[in-house]
Amino acid sequence: MLFDSDVFQITALSLQVSAIATLISLLIGLPLGTWLALGNFRGRSFILSIINTGMALPPVVVGLVVAIMLWRSGPLGELRLIYTPVAIIIAQTIISAPVVTGLTAAALEALDPRLQQQLLGLGASRGQMVWYLWREARLPLLAALMAGFGSVISEVGASMMVGGNIRGQTRVLTTAIVLETSKGEFDIALALSALLLVITYLINLALTLIQQKGRKGEFSSGTLWRSPSRKLP
Amino acid sequence: MIEIRDLLIQRNGRDVLRIDALDIARTETLTVVGPNGAGKSTLLLVLAHLLKPARGHIRFDGRSLTKWNELEYRRKISFVFQAPLLMDMTVEQNIALGLKFRGTRKEETQQRVGKWMKQLGIEPLSGRRASQLSGGEAQRVSLARAFVLEPELLLLDEPFAALDPPTHAKLLEDLSGILEQDHRTAVFVTHNLNEAAKLSHRIAVIVDGMLHQVGPARQIKMHPVNEMVEAFLRELPQSQ
Repeated sequence: MLFDSDVFQITALSLQVSAIATLISLLIGLPLGTWLALGNFRGRSFILSIINTGMALPPVVVGLVVAIMLWRSGPLGELRLIYTPVAIIIAQTIISAPVVTGLTAAALEALDPRLQQQLLGLGASRGQMVWYLWREARLPLLAALMAGFGSVISEVGASMMVGGNIRGQTRVLTTAIVLETSKGEFDIALALSALLLVITYLINLALTLIQQKGRKGEFSSGTLWRSPSRKLP
Repeated sequence: MIEIRDLLIQRNGRDVLRIDALDIARTETLTVVGPNGAGKSTLLLVLAHLLKPARGHIRFDGRSLTKWNELEYRRKISFVFQAPLLMDMTVEQNIALGLKFRGTRKEETQQRVGKWMKQLGIEPLSGRRASQLSGGEAQRVSLARAFVLEPELLLLDEPFAALDPPTHAKLLEDLSGILEQDHRTAVFVTHNLNEAAKLSHRIAVIVDGMLHQVGPARQIKMHPVNEMVEAFLRELPQSQ
């Protein structure tokens, strides 16, 4: 039976590990996706195909690999991270980072390619150019963030394998739902599921409101002036 | 001011532009004409230091482009594309963008932005977002964004091509007046010979990736140097 304090602790841990994993994914995915979108180098398509494949990584496979690495006798066993929240963060970052990277690259590739030249032609440094491209692509970049968070808050396989679902230590909402279901406690499992859905909805609602507030109009550079033949009034 | 010698531009291993010699004097407006795909815009990209030549050299103020710090050089020029490519911000913020890149003080930015909004007749639009502008208004903002930088070299790539004829004519008139009054060095790309004659001191004709002739409009019309230039002039609409 779960008590209120347990539910609170599980919910807080779920949010904490998923938020940290998403933040790390953003720190990796934003520059990496930008480099892939703007770069023109040999092997770029190959790296993009790997990233795109990574977007569909099965969480249990990630969990298995991370568990092997962190296992006591594994290469990183000395760090004693297995069955800790840090292990869950590592696994979730591996799941989320390709999603953020791939969607960042797609968001920047969707901008008019001449926009880079226009910004440079106005005297932007490389850093200023990237900043203003991010600014212009902020809507799809927020979508990348939402997708990254969504991919980890709802996953169960990796959290179970590397976290161990230890009460008070590594139990998160999804692993708690699995446990209660296996015990036949469907009422509690359903309540936790509803809680997970509400939390996910509220976070995505907040991000969606921010995203829609910055919605671009018809004349923004990402969408307009694509067709030179178009006659403008 | 600009000296181009033995220039060869390649893209994907293919020659796209060849210029043996071309000089542009300070305060001169040179118009580059030629059919679509001739290499006119490529020349502007090279002059903007956004495309590197496979061979040859370009000197700006007597110094080879390769010797210039890229950012320092690009802050001496300004580029206007055919599409206005405005950012998703207000008209005023769009015009101030290049000054912001250069770290210009707020008061000076406001004063210069105000001056150019007035000059191009877009003062009433200052608080409007780019998404609320018509095509002609957007192109005026794009021109103001370039002129406000007071560049030593202004590069204009068919900025009126997508506009309807009345807007086109009015904007051409205004740009012609500003260039005359401002004595700014400019390279203007178009495929319209009348437009070229109105705006510039000299015209450069590029056909099939090669610079064939440079001279005043009248000379080019009366004495094309070869069959390729002649064929290009023949294919222009009669109104030109």
